[in-house]
Amino acid sequence: MWPTDRLRRKTGDGAPPAETPLVLAGRDRSRRVVTAANAAAQALGLHPGIEIGRAQALVPGLRVEPADPGADAASLERLALWMLQRIAPIVAVDPPDGIVIDATGAAHLHGGEPALAQALVARLRLSGVTARVAIADSWGAAHALARHVADPVLVAAPGTAAARVAGLPLEALRLPPAVPAALRDLGFARIGDLASQPRAPLTRRFGPQLCRRLDQALARAPEPIEPLRPPEMVEARRSFAEPIAAAETIARHITLLVQSLCATLGERGLGARRLDLLCHRIDNRILCTRVGLARPLRDPARLARLLCDRIETIDPGLGIETMALAATLAEPLAPQQAASDLAGVAEPDLSGLIDTLANRVGAGAIYRLAPVASDVPERSVRRIPALAADTGAGWPGHWPRPARLLPRPEPIETMALLPDHPPRWISWRGVRHSVRRADGPERVFGEWWKRDAELAAVRDYFRIEDDSGARFWIFRAGDGEDAATGSHRWFMHGVFG
Amino acid sequence: MSSRADSPALAGLRARIAQLEGGGAGARGALPFGIPRLDRRLPGGGLALGCLHEIAGGGAGADDGAAATCFAAGIAARTRGRVLWCVARPDLFAPGLEQAGLPPDRLIHVKAGDHRAVLACMEEALRHGALGAVVAETPRLPMAVSRRLHLAAKEGGTLGLALRRWRQGAEGAQDFGQPTAAMTRWRVSALPSAPLPVPGVGRARWRVELLRVRAGEGFEMELEACDGTGHLGLPADVADGSAAAEDWRRGAAG
Repeated sequence: MWPTDRLRRKTGDGAPPAETPLVLAGRDRSRRVVTAANAAAQALGLHPGIEIGRAQALVPGLRVEPADPGADAASLERLALWMLQRIAPIVAVDPPDGIVIDATGAAHLHGGEPALAQALVARLRLSGVTARVAIADSWGAAHALARHVADPVLVAAPGTAAARVAGLPLEALRLPPAVPAALRDLGFARIGDLASQPRAPLTRRFGPQLCRRLDQALARAPEPIEPLRPPEMVEARRSFAEPIAAAETIARHITLLVQSLCATLGERGLGARRLDLLCHRIDNRILCTRVGLARPLRDPARLARLLCDRIETIDPGLGIETMALAATLAEPLAPQQAASDLAGVAEPDLSGLIDTLANRVGAGAIYRLAPVASDVPERSVRRIPALAADTGAGWPGHWPRPARLLPRPEPIETMALLPDHPPRWISWRGVRHSVRRADGPERVFGEWWKRDAELAAVRDYFRIEDDSGARFWIFRAGDGEDAATGSHRWFMHGVFG
Repeated sequence: MSSRADSPALAGLRARIAQLEGGGAGARGALPFGIPRLDRRLPGGGLALGCLHEIAGGGAGADDGAAATCFAAGIAARTRGRVLWCVARPDLFAPGLEQAGLPPDRLIHVKAGDHRAVLACMEEALRHGALGAVVAETPRLPMAVSRRLHLAAKEGGTLGLALRRWRQGAEGAQDFGQPTAAMTRWRVSALPSAPLPVPGVGRARWRVELLRVRAGEGFEMELEACDGTGHLGLPADVADGSAAAEDWRRGAAG
């Protein structure tokens, strides 16, 4: 549905509503046929390949637009580039309507493969693009599963893709349309039927393409993905006469690559924000290492250090024959004055450390916290980038706040007088604490402008101290009088120092 | 005591020991707590900068380590520059740390996967040298790792604080007894707060125990929790000053 989605996106506000059946018309020799149909049209029984005249007869009020395969392909490539910059280092266009991503080594940055696939579908849906995503062992398997099984997301566990692909129709094999039809005439209906057949007669009749596609779909034959490299991307590449494998050799070549990359970046006045190192192994696999930077940078020593930190993640196997280093994301970087003013002490530069740590633990795991104007404790902090400008703001300090906040409030047992007395004792995680001193209540009202359910909600916070001196932050859901304000159950929420 | 410390022979010996230990520790100076009673008993008059120190919560506070957290935040707040705090489970509450003296603009959080990654991040940050202090929360601190951290702290001249937290019943409690290369080892447990004339919870009090210190003796002291600038307080019923003031008042009345 890529062509119709693209058309709707391009038309913008003037686009017909999604419920209007819409087809694109192209030419198949002398006939005008439907080349793409949107979801509404497909629900009415229109599918690519039928003649326009017939489609219009079947569906009155059908919108017909001319197809533009060239613009579709160009737009698909732009989408692939967007994914290259945001999702994984190896992305390629799988024409006419697919994009293939090698998520190896990139999925964990997005919270695992299922999360990556879900996020991708959701992000594309926001942009008006209907997408189906499958993650499988090989390109061929993922291609087949995405088009025939995924609804809209499918993650095949490693090793299970072949079994899943075997049950799919022959059209899933990426073959010219005549071949599946001919195979069906011979009595083959599913991919699994072909897998156990002798290869020689099949190859003689249909050419080598059939068996190759079959092996690729069943993850028996490798299929390297030639990554998308737009012409404006800065890239450095080294090929070796003899494959290299030793860590020191790899490190030396990384240094050389970084130097030539930085020279090119310098000429264009750019600094790298993201570097992708692709190592082509002699067994036709590509290993990728992605390094992100908090600020644009073209200092060869620091970039080389970041990449060399990751050498242990590169498995050279039998040897690496080509290494390519690309600045996938580059931003303008003007030369800066290094000396500071005479009087002040220069603020030490932390960006190097932040980059090193971010590449070790992930960019989202290194952050600062900034205040949010909310009385609800969980909502009173937000994460900002570690190198963001100082906000200068703090939290109002008239009530003591605990040093540790539990990830979720934990229910506790208490004995307390209603409506506004602190409990006499509490029992938390199986330990009973008798309350010796208490402060409160501090009343926090629900934020009705965020959720309807909080319209009347109230929390009464108490700061209590037990016999041994442990200080806790507990609250009661509800004001103690009106049941509409909360369940009147008690929760532990934090521990004071 | 002070006259003995000033004798040239002892000073020479101290210098030689410092040299054997890797040198440079004395040159970085120390961070005083601002409480003479406490600082007097620490070698160098305070917490040695450019070194590794261990802090743990006492008793039931070993898991959340809230008192130890505020103690560490108070120390980190009194250094110069930004503070890096490495955790494996992010349950720090920034408003609470601000009340212990550490404003959010100075504090950079790192959430690493496990305690090994936490310690690796700490080592990297200590070696970088541009930070004021680096705090890492970890249940275990093996000898070899602590030595690496101590050397990294010396190299970068950064104060390293290993905040030991372990779940109840885990072997962290035994691990805390094992020797490490840290300069000092503290245990901070919550005590009942200062009594108030009205119902309510007063300023928090801690029992601060110095379990181990290189070239010094451990001690135990009751202190008031960090104020908004990260400074500890001496409880009024313990402090010399107020006892003397009491005496004076009594004398003036009588």
